[in-house]
Amino acid sequence: MESQENEKSLAVQKLREREPQTIAEVIESRGETTVVLARRDLMRICEFLAQDPTLSFTFLSDISAVDRFPMEPRFEVNYQLLSMQRRERVRIKVRLSGSDAVLPSVIGIWPTADWHEREIFDLFGIRFEGHPDLRRILMPDDWEGYPLRKDYPVEGYR
Amino acid sequence: MPTLETQSGPAEPMVLNMGPQHPSTHGVLRVVLELDGEIVLSAKPVIGYLHTGIEKSCESKTYSQAITLTDRIDYLAPLSNNLCYCLAAEKLIGLEVPKRAQYIRVLLTELTRISSHLVWLGTHAIDLGAMSVFLYSFREREEIMKIYECVSGQRMMTSYFRIGGLAIEPPPDWLDRVRRVIDAMPGHIDEYEDLLTKNRIWMARTQGVGILSAADAIALGASGPMLRGSGVAYDTRKAFPYSSYDEFEFNIPTQTAGDCFARYQVRVAEMRESLKIIRQAMEKIPPSGPFRAEAPGIIPPSREEMKTSIEGLIYHFKIFTEGFAPPPGEVYQAIESPRGELGVFMVSDGSPKPSRVHFRAPSFVNLQTLPKMCVGKLIADVVACIGTTDIVLGEVDR
Repeated sequence: MESQENEKSLAVQKLREREPQTIAEVIESRGETTVVLARRDLMRICEFLAQDPTLSFTFLSDISAVDRFPMEPRFEVNYQLLSMQRRERVRIKVRLSGSDAVLPSVIGIWPTADWHEREIFDLFGIRFEGHPDLRRILMPDDWEGYPLRKDYPVEGYR
Repeated sequence: MPTLETQSGPAEPMVLNMGPQHPSTHGVLRVVLELDGEIVLSAKPVIGYLHTGIEKSCESKTYSQAITLTDRIDYLAPLSNNLCYCLAAEKLIGLEVPKRAQYIRVLLTELTRISSHLVWLGTHAIDLGAMSVFLYSFREREEIMKIYECVSGQRMMTSYFRIGGLAIEPPPDWLDRVRRVIDAMPGHIDEYEDLLTKNRIWMARTQGVGILSAADAIALGASGPMLRGSGVAYDTRKAFPYSSYDEFEFNIPTQTAGDCFARYQVRVAEMRESLKIIRQAMEKIPPSGPFRAEAPGIIPPSREEMKTSIEGLIYHFKIFTEGFAPPPGEVYQAIESPRGELGVFMVSDGSPKPSRVHFRAPSFVNLQTLPKMCVGKLIADVVACIGTTDIVLGEVDR
């Protein structure tokens, strides 16, 4: 899937120039670009993507998680970034193992991440370090379990 | 007996649950306000009361079955949800939709925008004490509901867009009905503006209230009229055209004030732009032609074909018993819903049921701007601020 020459996405070009060792994988599929990162690089790369004036990924559209249970690493967290000026989208993906489902919070870079991260915590049980108010958001506070995990039955626990 | 002096002294902030004012807050949206007299010290939206686990339910349905769930997310704009979901599935499969179906989709989603804005306008005005606009705007909305009913058989839960095209051929006279509605609409919009735009009470209640700067709007992820009212001319229909929107001419209305009045102006102007798009779509829609793609095994065969050919029968049976399996992968599809950027993130693991469907709901994200808009302002302005975000709790909680 990886294509070295003729990179369509400016974000990928710039990342390759700047920190080639951080890109675990680039997936080009159905006209969309996904950059897979390791957790330790997430904050640094996100800051760069948001603050670099030529890239200007100032708008975080969405954060969503995927559970690949029973595969390991089981979780994927996807950040959909948007540059309004350049009309470019890029997806940042981080894979997490089930035993260590913790990510740094990106609220400092994009304040909109607040509720997205609370939602993922609520429904998947992935923790976000540095989030000022990591509580359940959609489910009741005393709810047990994380409903969007694949090992959580659709009709709930009985 | 306590004297007046002992009764006064530093007041403790009062915590209050914002009562039923907006149609949404009749039990489903709770805003916890901390008040110093009439001044709002903090505002915390508490959501989840309408959470129905739609994203989880999608995982146990086939791709086609889950369309009916999308109607129920933003129930004021069911066709926008249908469209976004279908576009995501089509992107996942790599399906090309016939132009005729694309134009019909554009026409109907623009009608949806108007009807959704009409509900917003009526309820927002009623919240702020202008009763009459509600009666007028619901009168016009009813006409649009009749068009939904005429094409899909349903007033609200339309499920009219299907993967690859439309559910059924629209009835022969439907464009005449659309024409009657949109010919009358500009006059109706003038009527609303007569009642509100220069109305001193309306201006006092909305101008300078709920100010959101462009920088704050972007940082908090606001989209749609919330963003354009703050002067950012961003519209998904222009930036990432889908369903042939690049063939249509329209403007992106923006206002720079960033207050409730600016967002009111943006939404009213958007209704007029939608009328322009609908007129162009009516010109473009060919009177006949395929209304869904040719893709055996994915698109159900016609009734005729199912009854006369063995392949048709096999495909019909397979599609309705086990569905179809898109190749593994993932897509993020965004559209401009009446409320802003509606996104569907869909993951296929190669089975006939989606492995994950996530809805990026514009109301959910826009509601985050509420504290920014009303902290430090009067409690009466909170009502205006909730109204101006145009939230649909079905979409916030999903």
